[in-house]
Amino acid sequence: MSTQSYSVIGTRPIRHDGADKVTGRAIYGADFQMAGMLHGFILRSPHSHARIKQIDTSKAEAFLGVKAVVTTKDFPEVDGGKMVDLGEGDMPLAYARGNVLAGDKVLYRGHAVAAVAAVNAHVAEEAAGLIEVEYEVLPCVLTAPEAMTPDAPILHEDLKMKELGEVTDKVSNIAEHFRHVIGDVEAGFAAADVLVEREFNTATVHQGYIEPHNTTALWNNDGRISIWCSTQGSFVVRDSTAAILDMPVSQVKVTPMEIGGGFGGKIPVYMEPVAALLSKKTGRPVKILMPRQAVFEATGPTPGSYMKVKIGAKKDGTITAAQAYLAFEAGAYPGAMVGPAGMTVFAAYDLANVLIDGYDVVVNKPSTAAYRAPGAPNAAFATESVVDELALKLGMDPIELRLKNAAKEGTRRADGPKFPRIGCVEVLEAMKNSEHYKSPLAGAHRGRGVAVGFWFNIGLPSSCTLNVSADGSVNLIEGSTDIGGTRTSIAMQAAEVLGLKSEDIHPTVVDTDSIGFTAVTGGSRTTFATGWAAYEAAQDVVRQMKERVAKIWEVSPDTVEAADGVYKSNGYSMGFKELAARIGETGGPVVGRGAVNPRGVGGSFAGAIVDVEVDPETGKTTILRFTAVQDAGCAIHPAYVEGQMQGGSVQGIGWALNEEYFMSGDGRMMNSSFLDYRMPTALDLPMIETIIVEVPNPGHPFGVRGVGEANIVSPQAAIANAITHAIGTRLTRLPMNPPAIMEAIWCQRSTSRRS
Amino acid sequence: MQSKTHVQTKINDEEIDFLCEPRQSLLEVLRDTLNLTGTKEGCNDGNCGSCTVTLDGRLVTSCLVLGVEAEGREITTIEGIARGNDLHPIQKAFLENAALQCGICTPGFIVATKVLLEKEPDPSEDRIRFFLANNLCRCTGYDKIIQAVQQAAREMQA
Repeated sequence: MSTQSYSVIGTRPIRHDGADKVTGRAIYGADFQMAGMLHGFILRSPHSHARIKQIDTSKAEAFLGVKAVVTTKDFPEVDGGKMVDLGEGDMPLAYARGNVLAGDKVLYRGHAVAAVAAVNAHVAEEAAGLIEVEYEVLPCVLTAPEAMTPDAPILHEDLKMKELGEVTDKVSNIAEHFRHVIGDVEAGFAAADVLVEREFNTATVHQGYIEPHNTTALWNNDGRISIWCSTQGSFVVRDSTAAILDMPVSQVKVTPMEIGGGFGGKIPVYMEPVAALLSKKTGRPVKILMPRQAVFEATGPTPGSYMKVKIGAKKDGTITAAQAYLAFEAGAYPGAMVGPAGMTVFAAYDLANVLIDGYDVVVNKPSTAAYRAPGAPNAAFATESVVDELALKLGMDPIELRLKNAAKEGTRRADGPKFPRIGCVEVLEAMKNSEHYKSPLAGAHRGRGVAVGFWFNIGLPSSCTLNVSADGSVNLIEGSTDIGGTRTSIAMQAAEVLGLKSEDIHPTVVDTDSIGFTAVTGGSRTTFATGWAAYEAAQDVVRQMKERVAKIWEVSPDTVEAADGVYKSNGYSMGFKELAARIGETGGPVVGRGAVNPRGVGGSFAGAIVDVEVDPETGKTTILRFTAVQDAGCAIHPAYVEGQMQGGSVQGIGWALNEEYFMSGDGRMMNSSFLDYRMPTALDLPMIETIIVEVPNPGHPFGVRGVGEANIVSPQAAIANAITHAIGTRLTRLPMNPPAIMEAIWCQRSTSRRS
Repeated sequence: MQSKTHVQTKINDEEIDFLCEPRQSLLEVLRDTLNLTGTKEGCNDGNCGSCTVTLDGRLVTSCLVLGVEAEGREITTIEGIARGNDLHPIQKAFLENAALQCGICTPGFIVATKVLLEKEPDPSEDRIRFFLANNLCRCTGYDKIIQAVQQAAREMQA
């Protein structure tokens, strides 16, 4: 636990953007208006796999009120093989562009084909309906195991399989096969007293942010493009739009508006290059709002997966070997988050023998994107279910079994890195000692489950500028879009250094012309990395303020000491505010700068304890009690840390019990609305208890690890384990919805009758 | 393009009239014609609750109400909850309990909560959860929203 005492860090100030957000004044992307603005609508494919023979836009162009129509032909010629940085991974330009507007093929239902700009959105939508597209419908393939068979329909004729790092000649839906090895699994399994091997399937699920994607673009007559949009990464939008439109990045300026949730799904660009092309043709700003159905069908959900996990252990609980086979659906273009799944699948354990095979497989579903610890929840569902079964077979407490094998400082992960100081053991101890775990659970059809999960978190560049005002307040300029209170968690770190209150800092998130490069709000990095940039900028301010006060006192700056916002030297003393009032006379503005690309990323472990009750007549699972435990490193704003833990837990609950892309055989998502894609409501849940563990990250000035993601990794497995203990049979498929549970109960009854 | 209808209505205690096409929803009119963009669009099919307003005191999802249906009716939106710069106790409670993260669902929750607490000053946790089940939040897991509503209920009774 953190022992250092801070005056701002660890407190719960009200967020700086709070009043705007409870009064309706905050301006989100869809709220943006401009004089002369046109409205766009995107025509989408009704087929999941088809060749586009011809597109006739003439009727749409002639429709009253229509100002422009664009298709893929309006893109400039580019080198399709060039790689584009998409924020959380690279992609060939041809794929990034193909996902924005389809080329010669559509690869999923909802794939964008053409777009219209008109005087209003209704006219644009009507006109889009007049575009005539001639398709040659092709057979589709929807799951990884099917897409990997030799006779599966091929999505990309130019996609050559990468096998263990080498590009082969084999045209395949398998974009890549990778492998991580430690020791010898066969020898490890031979040494085991108990073996458990299971297959698992998880459905495609969506981030489910409430705000649909939106964008407004203006291609100005000076050749520069301005974009106002809802994004997790304004610089990603800048760089991808520039790449797709074959322009230098300096020609694109992105202003991030307030963002209504992202969870990883608002990193890629979808409509920005299209809106820009429509603006170029019309000379007017063009706004496009994405309908909810398109958000489900055509943005980036998280991969469905097929997994096989085998773990062996000795009678005393020591795990001797672990093996995983992970086949993830990338969707239409390569890039399933199977890499992170391979990095996290056994990360909670200190293992001598490991074999992990991962497959990135394209299928006729939307191109997947990041979703909160992408890949890790799928993998943890498999591993943590198998570990639970091992504990049952060994007659061991499931937390004790995990503690016996827990990863710690010095443990080498199968994908290479050796862990620095981590909090896996501390999280498990906190679970074991929790009031929840110690309390009895009685009653029929009830069960308790636990699981633990890991997310490595990311670093990446961030910038921050601090401007000292004469009244002693400080304006903080940053480039990290604020999805959940990071303005405040970043400002608090500057305030701590400066000896000011959180309220004395005025944070603003600015456009890409006005701040140094800042990577995405994602990977749990914002409070860590942009917070670090703010820390550096504040240190820079302190250094300059020492020089100023030294000038006033006519002492050497080296003799000045600053603590808690008070500057002292030689018996003199002056507070920050008083000194700020005198910066004009001592040399002019004080501007602090921080620009970082931190290396000391601290991975985060999290665990879940859940009690469920299953109704054996309907198959409905009720969450009776839920406790989330997470190592935050240092909880800058504990209420926001709890909020992340509760939010991630509930997304995990939805993923476990209800959410899925329910696909027809021809690749149509049958439940593309919030009515049928059933996310948890307030009525479905109990309060979510939280235990914040703080094992400081040695790689951050305040010990921050980042808290956005690890919390979604373990709930699915914890719930699966709880259901197993409630009904006496194990479910290995997500979601564990009422039909799946009834089927499991019926199978169990018929098996027990037979035996 | 369709011809427009003249509609006279009262929004947040002010007499307001506007022109709208018959196909335009109240949500579209509020946001695009009247620039009351505090009311948010999440789904445009009545399932997320982000566009919740009151129509003659009743909660409605404004995406499922036509603009022309506002004729002669009274509407309250999120912009009508605070009195000037004095936040309503519900708004204060949402801030103090960190009951919002991205904030896109917040206007709908606050409008709905006000109707609940005006009808039922002391609702149980179950009752709050039932009443607010029309409003989806994807960030918070609802825990802190429920706590904010409970705090607001206490303060509004005091």
